[in-house]
Amino acid sequence: MSLSIHELSPGQEIGSRTVEVTRTDLVKYAGASGDFNPIHWNEAFATSVELPGVIAHGMFTMGSAVQLVTDWAGDPAAVVDFQTRFTKPVLVADTTGTTEPGATIEVSGIIGKLDAEANTARIDLTVVSAGQKVLMKAQAVVALS
Amino acid sequence: MTINPDLQGRTYPAAEVYDVGREKIREFARAVKATHPAHFDVEAAKALGHTDLVAPPTFAIIIAQRADAQLIEDPEAGIDFSRVVHADQRFTHHRPIFAGDQLVAELHVDSIRAMGGGAMITTRSEIFALGAGESREPVTTTTSSILVRGEGQ
Repeated sequence: MSLSIHELSPGQEIGSRTVEVTRTDLVKYAGASGDFNPIHWNEAFATSVELPGVIAHGMFTMGSAVQLVTDWAGDPAAVVDFQTRFTKPVLVADTTGTTEPGATIEVSGIIGKLDAEANTARIDLTVVSAGQKVLMKAQAVVALS
Repeated sequence: MTINPDLQGRTYPAAEVYDVGREKIREFARAVKATHPAHFDVEAAKALGHTDLVAPPTFAIIIAQRADAQLIEDPEAGIDFSRVVHADQRFTHHRPIFAGDQLVAELHVDSIRAMGGGAMITTRSEIFALGAGESREPVTTTTSSILVRGEGQ
């Protein structure tokens, strides 16, 4: 971990990342996380409970968004706090048999705040899918060296 | 609306032990499209000064949601899981989670608020690593709010 607080300033961009999502990805996430709620893989079930279709796990979106921070920090252990609100669902279309993603998530981050006493940087993430912000107050706190 | 408001303040004590395995860290990391070598390669993790593979920052959701299941499946709670939507989530890491950790979670029901025909439920899991003898080391605090949608919501 080589980031020094003296080289950073609020507003600085840390980069961006595009995450492509398919229904298969949601099944993999369900298996890896143990969250088998059928709204994340069963269209008929999702629409029966008044959702517009299959939606990504909020935790899939949150978990994939933080990789931008992990890569910037250089060590996943440096992420000491991470929070978000889930404001809009990420609808994932059934693109079985094609090479198209069912949804695309755009992640970008800036330094929101530096805390010299704690030697941490707060990264504010912007996470957008289908033109809408799907996460709000997505903030990760990184311990600096 | 049948969510039992008396659940606020309830605590479910640490029950089963979760053994953090290397392959589970790798599987979870792939599932969230993580590529950092410290999730996959023990030598890369050690080069960063860690004892073993480092779990991704949201890995603790596995343990937290197992703890939450005690509440969701509690017949006294009256929660219809198919109408649950995740509203917010926070992880505060007191230290990273490593492969080889043995974790337990203590679940606290911090608040239950009626929202339209549904309810917003906020839970907190205090996750500890088991150490020698009876010792427990604080690892992660997770806070989660779920919205149980009422009919038509």
